[in-house]
Amino acid sequence: MLFNRKHLLGLEELTAEEIQMILDTAVPFKEISERQIKKVPVLRGKTIVNLFFEPSTRTRTSFEFAEKRLSADTINISTSQSSVVKGETLVDTARNLEAMKIDMVVIRHGASGAPRFLSERIDSNVINAGDGWHEHPTQGLLDMLTMRERFGRLAGLKVGIIGDITHSRVARSNIWGLRKMGAEVGVCGPPTLVPGHVRELGVKVYPRVEDVLAECDVINVLRIQLERMQSNMFPSLQEYNRIYGVTTRRLRAAGHDILILHPGPMNRGVEIDSDVADGPQQVILKQVTNGVAIRMAVLFLLAGGKPAGAAEAASMRE
Amino acid sequence: MDRLLIRGGRVIDPVNKVDARLDLLVAEGKVAALGQSLDAPEGVRVVEAAGKVVAPGLIDMHVHLREPGREDEETVETGCLAAVAGGFTAVAAMPNTDPVTDNQAAVGYIIREAIRSGYATVYPVGAITKGLAGESLAEMGGMIEAGAVAFTDDGHCVNSAEMMLKAMKYSTIFDVPIINHCEDKSLVGGGAMNAGLVATRLGLAGVAAESEEIIVYRDCALARLSGARYHVAHLSCARSAGIVERFKAEGVRVSAEVTPHHLVLTDAAVEGYNTNAKMAPPLRRTEDVAALRKALAAGVIDCIATDHAPHHYNEKEAAFADAPNGVIGLETAFPVLYTELVLGKVLSLGALIEKMSPAPARVLGVRGGSLAQGQIADITVLDLDTKWSIDKNSFYSKSRNTPFDGMQVTGRAVATVVGGRLVWELGG
Ligand SMILES: [Zn+2]
Ligand SMILES: [Zn+2]
Repeated sequence: MLFNRKHLLGLEELTAEEIQMILDTAVPFKEISERQIKKVPVLRGKTIVNLFFEPSTRTRTSFEFAEKRLSADTINISTSQSSVVKGETLVDTARNLEAMKIDMVVIRHGASGAPRFLSERIDSNVINAGDGWHEHPTQGLLDMLTMRERFGRLAGLKVGIIGDITHSRVARSNIWGLRKMGAEVGVCGPPTLVPGHVRELGVKVYPRVEDVLAECDVINVLRIQLERMQSNMFPSLQEYNRIYGVTTRRLRAAGHDILILHPGPMNRGVEIDSDVADGPQQVILKQVTNGVAIRMAVLFLLAGGKPAGAAEAASMRE
Repeated sequence: MDRLLIRGGRVIDPVNKVDARLDLLVAEGKVAALGQSLDAPEGVRVVEAAGKVVAPGLIDMHVHLREPGREDEETVETGCLAAVAGGFTAVAAMPNTDPVTDNQAAVGYIIREAIRSGYATVYPVGAITKGLAGESLAEMGGMIEAGAVAFTDDGHCVNSAEMMLKAMKYSTIFDVPIINHCEDKSLVGGGAMNAGLVATRLGLAGVAAESEEIIVYRDCALARLSGARYHVAHLSCARSAGIVERFKAEGVRVSAEVTPHHLVLTDAAVEGYNTNAKMAPPLRRTEDVAALRKALAAGVIDCIATDHAPHHYNEKEAAFADAPNGVIGLETAFPVLYTELVLGKVLSLGALIEKMSPAPARVLGVRGGSLAQGQIADITVLDLDTKWSIDKNSFYSKSRNTPFDGMQVTGRAVATVVGGRLVWELGG
């Protein structure tokens, strides 16, 4: 079987088989990062542009590591979006990229649909590194890889996502990916931050954080953006922590072991208490490691690599 | 002055309850005679209409001509040419131009441009508030004198109830309609499409139907209070139609329009971040489309208007949230509606013509909408048999932002007569 897509725009459009393929391909690539010389010549001669219209050190660095470990030539372009001419910038950017004969583009953009927009106008492979409130597919994949490592499976897992669901691309990618892989997904957050139609995606809505903790094997704690408080989505950070915070006390009350994920960076004492963030149940650093492997797998597959060839590719030496 | 004999067509005139194969003679800009086998006097130009429908010219009470200010998107001339090519003999021009049509001179300018172009008649609609800012009343009297027929801040909602009440009260001096674009600004926020499953999936900010309903209800209540004539622009959701129905039953002077796109498309058209499906109010749910069709057929919604809103290709070529609202509609309205509503058995052909000609004339209080002897000769000839595919590249409009490109349709206007002059013929 081959990975036949040209772009990775979101997990909504992927099949369970394709997701499985990416996760499986990531496994042998993990080993490369443990070597003394962390490099294989898989993407040698390929040019990749990391196009970040929104600052994100974590995601950009992770992609850059993945690209470098596969020996690609990389260019980083970070543009702070000027408010009025965002659209024009995107068209102009597409034209410029086309003229520069780039092989792959990794794009993060504040507008939902921007990666798709680009993919319809250029010849390169396009990878969505987060668009607006829409999707963050590599984050969803690395979350799934991390869960699969712990439980050996995704099917049948109960996963709760806590926080700002409305504005979260991580939540959407998790929902699509996990549901396709047979997991059950629930969400929990202030009603001002949970979209009314999320149930129609096959997701359970938990009004209380205690209930989501009681029922789930895994919880994914989303980062709370401070500007949501300023726009009155909730009254204060203290109150958010009081009602939705993942605290040691609540975890203990849940009465069973829960795997805790967080896409980072964390607001300690707001969505997650510091002792939980550093505690034995969290796998936040594992997520970071898996992020590089997932991104290597995605780059490899989009560049035409065969899933079966991943182990072979990983065993190559620079 | 042209003399025309439109020969052998099926004349449909809903107001005068005519539906028969007749000849129609035009002279001195008016309908001179209507009858079987009329003689063609010397020098008369004959338009063969056998197998075609001859109807009163369509009237679009809601278009954006973009002149002055955005002549790259549309001008009075190109807008009027698009109008006559779509079978429209008159259009009402919204005031959100740059500068805003909020004074006598600006109204006069648009009328002069329309006369100079020589296609459709243009009825300027003046701004309710100066600069559309919602803060102080524009000089309605001066604009009426120059030829304005109604007032609106369209593009913006008049968000203050107090301002709306004052505008309505003041408008009773002239007894002209106050038209509102009903969307509570504070609820719309940065919303880009209908709040629903599609918006949730695509990660786009939604606009709930309630943002419209609240303003429709408020305005109807204010119309009752003020006694003004009030008209709801581009009604988009089921419950707002219910509110209009209720106030009409009370005897409040309220009327409403609906656009072809709200009658035919749902928010599913946004799929793939299609910016040509981005408009305000947004495309709604299947249930809303069904309710709007029902309300139109039942007479709760009075008329159809396109909200023709030209935008330059470059501006729609953007990420969805950044693209401007609006789609063009003059050249697609009749074929789309004939195909969907008449062939789809929602409205009879006569009822569709009623909603697109006499009804808007009544709401605006302008001439037209009738083919009785002595009436202004604003006439459209429609071919109901031609099956064709809408092609945005063939438009007379300067803009291409249509959600109907590529749609297979039946029927189109083939000749348009304005004030007795044959101003446009298909392939002519
Ligand atoms: Zn409007
Ligand atoms: Zn409008």
